[in-house]
Amino acid sequence: MATLAHKAKSLVIEQPIWLFVAACIVVFSLSTEHFLDIGNFKNILVQTSTIGLIALGLTFIMINGNIDLSVGAVLALAACLAVDLQSSIGIPLAVTVGLLSGVVLGALNGLVVWKTGVDAFIVTLGAMIGVRGLVFVYTEEQSFYATDFAYADFGTSSIAGIPTLALLFVVLAALMHWILSRSVHGRNTYAVGGNRQAAIDAGIRVGPHMVINFMIGGFFAALAGVTLSTQMGAATPNLGRDFELWAITAIVLGGTKLTGGAGSIVGTLGGVIAIGILRNGMNLLQVPSFYVLVIMGTILIAVLFIDRQVNRNAEQELNV
Amino acid sequence: MSDTISEIKSGGEASLAKKYSQLLARQGILVAFVLFLVVFSIFSDRFLSTDNFMTVIRQASIIGTIAIGVTIVVIGGNLDLSVGSLLSFCTVLVVDLHDKIGPTGAIGLMLVFALLIGAINGYLIGYLKLNSLIVTLGMLSAIQGITLIYTGGQNVDIQNQEGTWFAFFGRGYLWGIAVPVLIFLGLALIAEFVLKATTYGRKVFSVGGNPAAAVFSGLRRNRMVFSTYLLSAFTTACAAIILGSRVMGSQNNVGQGYELLVLAGVILGGTSLLGGSGSITRTIIGVLILSFIQNGLLLLGYPYYAQWLVTWAVIILAVWLDIASTRGKIFTSFS
Repeated sequence: MATLAHKAKSLVIEQPIWLFVAACIVVFSLSTEHFLDIGNFKNILVQTSTIGLIALGLTFIMINGNIDLSVGAVLALAACLAVDLQSSIGIPLAVTVGLLSGVVLGALNGLVVWKTGVDAFIVTLGAMIGVRGLVFVYTEEQSFYATDFAYADFGTSSIAGIPTLALLFVVLAALMHWILSRSVHGRNTYAVGGNRQAAIDAGIRVGPHMVINFMIGGFFAALAGVTLSTQMGAATPNLGRDFELWAITAIVLGGTKLTGGAGSIVGTLGGVIAIGILRNGMNLLQVPSFYVLVIMGTILIAVLFIDRQVNRNAEQELNV
Repeated sequence: MSDTISEIKSGGEASLAKKYSQLLARQGILVAFVLFLVVFSIFSDRFLSTDNFMTVIRQASIIGTIAIGVTIVVIGGNLDLSVGSLLSFCTVLVVDLHDKIGPTGAIGLMLVFALLIGAINGYLIGYLKLNSLIVTLGMLSAIQGITLIYTGGQNVDIQNQEGTWFAFFGRGYLWGIAVPVLIFLGLALIAEFVLKATTYGRKVFSVGGNPAAAVFSGLRRNRMVFSTYLLSAFTTACAAIILGSRVMGSQNNVGQGYELLVLAGVILGGTSLLGGSGSITRTIIGVLILSFIQNGLLLLGYPYYAQWLVTWAVIILAVWLDIASTRGKIFTSFS
């Protein structure tokens, strides 16, 4: 019993976002009657899976000390490829091509960051504009619709009563958590992000790790594009606009440092779910969607402020 | 200092050649600019004309005007991603208030609100020392929401478009030159003077270049950073006046994505995102290059969005060239 309380305490200190999630659940359960419902929680998981999948890959990139602003554009490209090509080469191949496009663009971003030494922010800012241009040129500014109903059926299907997309997200989150916390690549990802020069001196191959992480990020962005298009049965060239902002917000809420070297999938999961619950809860409370934008922006800044205060206090205590 | 050391080490001629190539690389953006002009002139006979050039500069004036303020913020060592939302907000506000309280009141009130938002940014980043990327990201979302709340999701427009002097800012001509161009270049001239020839400008550079050293030298970093955000809000408000006056109406998301195009122009101009270096002139060249690429590709018959693909390559190549010249090697050395 004592260890359980101790565990809970350390979780709150290390992952304060989960405290926030718990608080949100309590508040929304008391203020709306439909919030505390199994069906609603399945709903939240499906709704958050898109941003969540992007955030899983992006967490690796950010812990690695880089950033990827192009994930929203990559999502759109993968979705358009997967929907447009399925009438000519079939669903499995079309989805594969869509996912590959994400991996290839991730590899390109990673190689450029590694070899040129240009900051990832600039490289992926360029890619964000360029890939979005590619999407518009490819689609000729048209939307695509999935002609095969099997595609859209997948997006709404369930396995053992749990929505397939929610299940996919949770399983992949567990897998990525394992890779980040248990594998050599995961440990080196932290090392490179924490102190790149020290990692180089320690003989870690910094470049390949960065490229792999950008490929992971690209893959997950593309996967999010595919799953989103199965939910809609369609893909539009404007898909995924501002998604990179939401993903970064979720990751920062989850405690990953922008400078790299710190963060976790558990935290990111908390950030993603916090945003999902907030949106869902405010929706149930019938808060107009315009106000939600203001509230989300304010929360992001407030969390940054609180985080700074808490960390500063810790530093001061250390000095004393 | 480091230049002299390397000169002594490597001796006369070699260092001269190195210096020459470094100079070429440093001015690579100008070389690229001239190359673009030449290539487009060869392939399109309509490209090389005064009329077309004026059109391009005029199209660049909105992004260019915002880029002036953002350049100052970036030199001060921070980022401002909220300018796109702020442009939407200011344009909607000035257009909507125009019919309610007249052009003078509309412009005045809009400027007050723009500076207020700039002050919030500046307070959070300058005085509370929060990360500028996340703060302005949050503000991007918040200002977008405020704009939508204000308009109720509707678009706004000015009823009597012929009988108002407000049209002057976006559609007027003075001495045969379009007014947006005059506003853009006028503000640029003032900003360049302030940055290069006043103590204020010098302080912005030192605060961005080495914050700790600046603070130990008695500069008030928080106050300087605060002021840079006021300036970027001000230039964004000026851009909103041009935009609102030209369109005589506004969609509530008109500025969406502008922050990226502005930042692309600033980066292309060679202003370091780390702060402490950069110039308004180079930013203007950066913005004009993007505008000329757009114009040239359209004249050559490419689809509108092809320019974004070229922008992608140009941004990375420009920054790479700059880094490679200071590094002295094309590729990084770590594996």
